[in-house]
Amino acid sequence: MVKPRPKYLNLFQIRLPVPGWVSILHRASGAVLFLLLPLILYLFQLSLDSAPGFDAMKGALGHPLMKLVLIGLLWAYLHHLCAGIRHLALDLDYGTELPAARASARAVLVVSLALTLVAGVWLW
Amino acid sequence: MVRREVVGARYGVRDWLAQRVTAVVMAVYTLLVLAVFVSVPVVDYWHWKSLWELAVMRYATVLFLLSLYLHAWIGVRNIFMDYIQDPGLRLTLYTIVIAALMSYAVWSVQILWGV
Repeated sequence: MVKPRPKYLNLFQIRLPVPGWVSILHRASGAVLFLLLPLILYLFQLSLDSAPGFDAMKGALGHPLMKLVLIGLLWAYLHHLCAGIRHLALDLDYGTELPAARASARAVLVVSLALTLVAGVWLW
Repeated sequence: MVRREVVGARYGVRDWLAQRVTAVVMAVYTLLVLAVFVSVPVVDYWHWKSLWELAVMRYATVLFLLSLYLHAWIGVRNIFMDYIQDPGLRLTLYTIVIAALMSYAVWSVQILWGV
């Protein structure tokens, strides 16, 4: 028997619950961090290379566009970290009930955004 | 004869555990480095350089980076497992990612000990 289940395969129609958002953003932020690894390593190398290299790195990071990239990177790191800590707690069977899982998912979103905001203001 | 796929989910628990152990290593390192940067002022190149000449910074960072690369490998591999259905393309992407991460590992050691 074929059950007439609704199928929402249109990405714009899918309504994800909060833990779903945290989950997909965990994956997306991880992918972004992976893709930006060479840039981070290059800047790190430049900063340790020589005094002019250090200044060049500082100059590069002083550009507003680069600052935006850096803030985006910071958010990706913080979200991935917070969602990861939540993941470890779930693995240890803490907060697996629906209300707790929803609350912790909301906390991950809020805390990582708040920390990004603080670091972003300091960076700017 | 048993036909085996070259790609597939066969590594289960080992990778699951590695993902978590490396995550804890990175989380601890993040807090430590944050504490260092807050307490040690980096005003110019010489402060920055002397900070990275400390053995503890080098070894902690190389441990962090190697954890990161293993963690990234498992994570990226999981993404490919979910979205890339064609075995040939998946294997190609795996090869590229492994080669990239291994080069990053060598590069990292070079950066840290080349100071």
